[in-house]
Amino acid sequence: MDVFRLHFDIDGGSFASAGNASVEVKKTLRQLGVSNAVIRRCSIAMYEGEINMVIHADGGTADVEVYPDRIVMVLEDHGPGIPDVELAMKEGYSTATEQIHNMGFGAGMGLPNMKRSSDDLKIETKVGVGTKITMVVRL
Amino acid sequence: MSEYQHSVSLDADKCIGCTSCLRQCPTEAIRIRDGRAKIRAELCIDCGNCIRVCQHKAKQAVFDRLEDIDPKFKWRIVLPAPSLYGQFDELKDVGCLLQALLRCGFDEYYEVARAAEIISECTRRYMRKPDIVFPVISSACPAIVRLIRQRFPELCDNILPILPPVEYASRMAKAEALKQHPELRKDEICTVFISPCPAKTSYAKNGLSATKSSIDYVVSMSDMYFKLLPYIKKAEPGKVRSQSGIAGVNWASSGGESEGLYSDRYLAADGMVNAIQVLDAIEDGKFPHLEFVELNACPGGCVGGAAAVENPYIAKARIHGMRHSLPSNQNYLRLINQKPDYVPEYVMVDSPIINHVPEVRLSDNLAEAMRMMQRIDEIYKMLPQIDCGSCGAPTCRAFAEDVVKGECQIDDCVVYLRRMVQENPSGKRRPNDGP
Ligand SMILES: Nc1ncnc2c1ncn2[C@@H]1O[C@H](COP(=O)(O)OP(=O)(O)OP(=O)(O)O)[C@@H](O)[C@H]1O
Ligand code: SF4
Ligand code: SF4
Ligand SMILES: [Mg+2]
Repeated sequence: MDVFRLHFDIDGGSFASAGNASVEVKKTLRQLGVSNAVIRRCSIAMYEGEINMVIHADGGTADVEVYPDRIVMVLEDHGPGIPDVELAMKEGYSTATEQIHNMGFGAGMGLPNMKRSSDDLKIETKVGVGTKITMVVRL
Repeated sequence: MSEYQHSVSLDADKCIGCTSCLRQCPTEAIRIRDGRAKIRAELCIDCGNCIRVCQHKAKQAVFDRLEDIDPKFKWRIVLPAPSLYGQFDELKDVGCLLQALLRCGFDEYYEVARAAEIISECTRRYMRKPDIVFPVISSACPAIVRLIRQRFPELCDNILPILPPVEYASRMAKAEALKQHPELRKDEICTVFISPCPAKTSYAKNGLSATKSSIDYVVSMSDMYFKLLPYIKKAEPGKVRSQSGIAGVNWASSGGESEGLYSDRYLAADGMVNAIQVLDAIEDGKFPHLEFVELNACPGGCVGGAAAVENPYIAKARIHGMRHSLPSNQNYLRLINQKPDYVPEYVMVDSPIINHVPEVRLSDNLAEAMRMMQRIDEIYKMLPQIDCGSCGAPTCRAFAEDVVKGECQIDDCVVYLRRMVQENPSGKRRPNDGP
C-alpha cells in the first residue's frame, strides 16, 4: 500500500471542536510509527490550518495523506479567500476582529507557523471563492 | 533498568467484568478478557480513575501499611500531604492534626506544605531563566508526568525540572533529623508519606524519570483517616503551630500551585479529560503567551485523589477556611547575593525528564503499518460505532485495532454478530477474513 488517507469535515461554527482533526492525526501518525518530531510539526500545521478555516472561512475540509516518504495535508474551504497572500504570510498580520482577539486568536502567527512546520506550503486562493492550502512534511 | 512498578491493580476475584472502568481509563489501558478486566501495564499511568468508578472494589490502590514499616527504622517521620488538612470536619486547627500524627506513633512530622512553599519560590526563580521552554508544566502530579512522557513526548522539556514538594519534604526531613539527632544513623530514619493517591506510590517506587525518590513508605489517606480521627477529637487547639503558610497548604487543590507564582499567565486544569485536552492544545502551539500550566489528574486537584475521604469541594472549602488562622507564607530560601534566576542545585531533578513512549506502533514497517491502519478503518466502518463496551474494548475504534492486531475476532462484537446472522442466517463469510 502506498498511501493512507484521513478525511475531516471542519465545522465552521465550532471553536470547541477546532483541534479535533489535529488530535486524530497525531494519534494515527503515532500508530504508524512516525517520529515524534514529525508528528509535532504535522499537528501544529494542521491545528493552525483548522483554526483558520473556523475563524476566517466558516469551516471546510481537511485531507491528510500519508506516503512512505511524506505526509501531505490539504485544507480546503469555500470562504472569502485571501486577497494578498504575501501580506497574510507576514508575522503579525491579521484581519481577526476584536471579538476573535479576545478569544486568544488573531496574533497573525498561524500561516507563518504553518510555513515553519512544513517542508513545503502552497496556497491557492481566490477572493469570493475559497482557499486551498497544501502542506508537505517529509519523513 | 528495572520494570516500572504500578500501584493500581486488579483483584480478579472481585471483578465481574461489568465494563464500568473501561471508558473511564484515559489511556485506554483496560480491556475485558474472559469476563475480567485486564490492565495493560505499559499504558497505565496509575491515575486511579478506575478505582473511583469500580463499585465492586476490584480495582485497588497499592499502599504500604503502618505495620509494614521495618523495625530497623528508629526515627519515623510522617509527611502529611496538604490535602490531608481538608479531610476532617472536627479539625480545629492544623496543630491538632500534627498532634494526632505524633499520637499515631510517628516520631516527627514534616509538612509537605512547607516544601511546597520552597518549591514555589524556586519555580518563580526558574521561570526567570532566559533559555527555558514555555509554558512550564508542573511536575507535582506523577500521573500527569507519566502521561506526558508517554503521550506527549515533545513536551518533556516543558516539565518543571524541580523536585515535587513531597520529594523535597522527604529529603529535608531526613537532613534535619540527622542534624538534630546526631545519635541516629542515616539508615535508621524513614519518611512515611500520607498520600491521597496511588500515583504517588508509583512515584515513590519508581522516582521521576531517572531521579530516585527518598520516600520510604506511602500510606493511604483513607487508612490514616480512621487512625487519626480519635486523636484529632482529643487534640488541644492552639497548642502546636503549623510551620506552613496558606500558600503551601493551597497546593491541595487545583490552582493552588499556580497562585504561588504571582503570574497571571497561568492555566490550571484538573481531571484527566481536561488535562489531555490542554496538553494537546499546548502541543499544537495553541497558547503562545502562557507561562505556567498546572495539571492535576484528579477532579479538584489532590483533594480529589482516589484515596481521599472527603468530597473534594468540601475539602477545598475547609482549607479555604484556614486562611485566617495561617500566615500567608512561612518558608523561604533565604538566599543572599544570588541572581534572581538562581535555583539551588538541591531542588533540581537529578537528570533530565525523558520521554517513555510505549509501543503503539502497529508495525515497525511503515508500509505494513499503513496496510493495518487501512484494515482498522474498514473494520471500524462495519461496527455499530456505539462504543457499548460489550466486546471488552473501550471504543469501537479500539476494538477494530484489537481485531487487526489479532487480539480478538470481529465476531466478539455482539451487535455485529447479530446483524450478520439476521442478514445471512446460513452464511459463512466473515469480513475479517479479508475480501
Ligand atoms: N482559510 C482562510 N480564509 C480566508 N482568510 C484567511 C484564511 N487563513 C488565513 N486567512 C487570512 O490571513 C490572515 C493571517 O492568517 P494567520 O493564521 O497567520 O493569522 P490569524 O489567523 O489572523 O491569527 P492567529 O493564527 O495567530 O490566531 C488572517 O487574519 C486572515 O485574514
Ligand atoms: S489507573 Fe488510570 S491509567 Fe491505570 S488502568 Fe486505571 S484508569 Fe487506566
Ligand atoms: S492530582 Fe494529586 S492526588 Fe491526583 S493523581 Fe495527581 S498527585 Fe495524586
Ligand atoms: Mg490563524
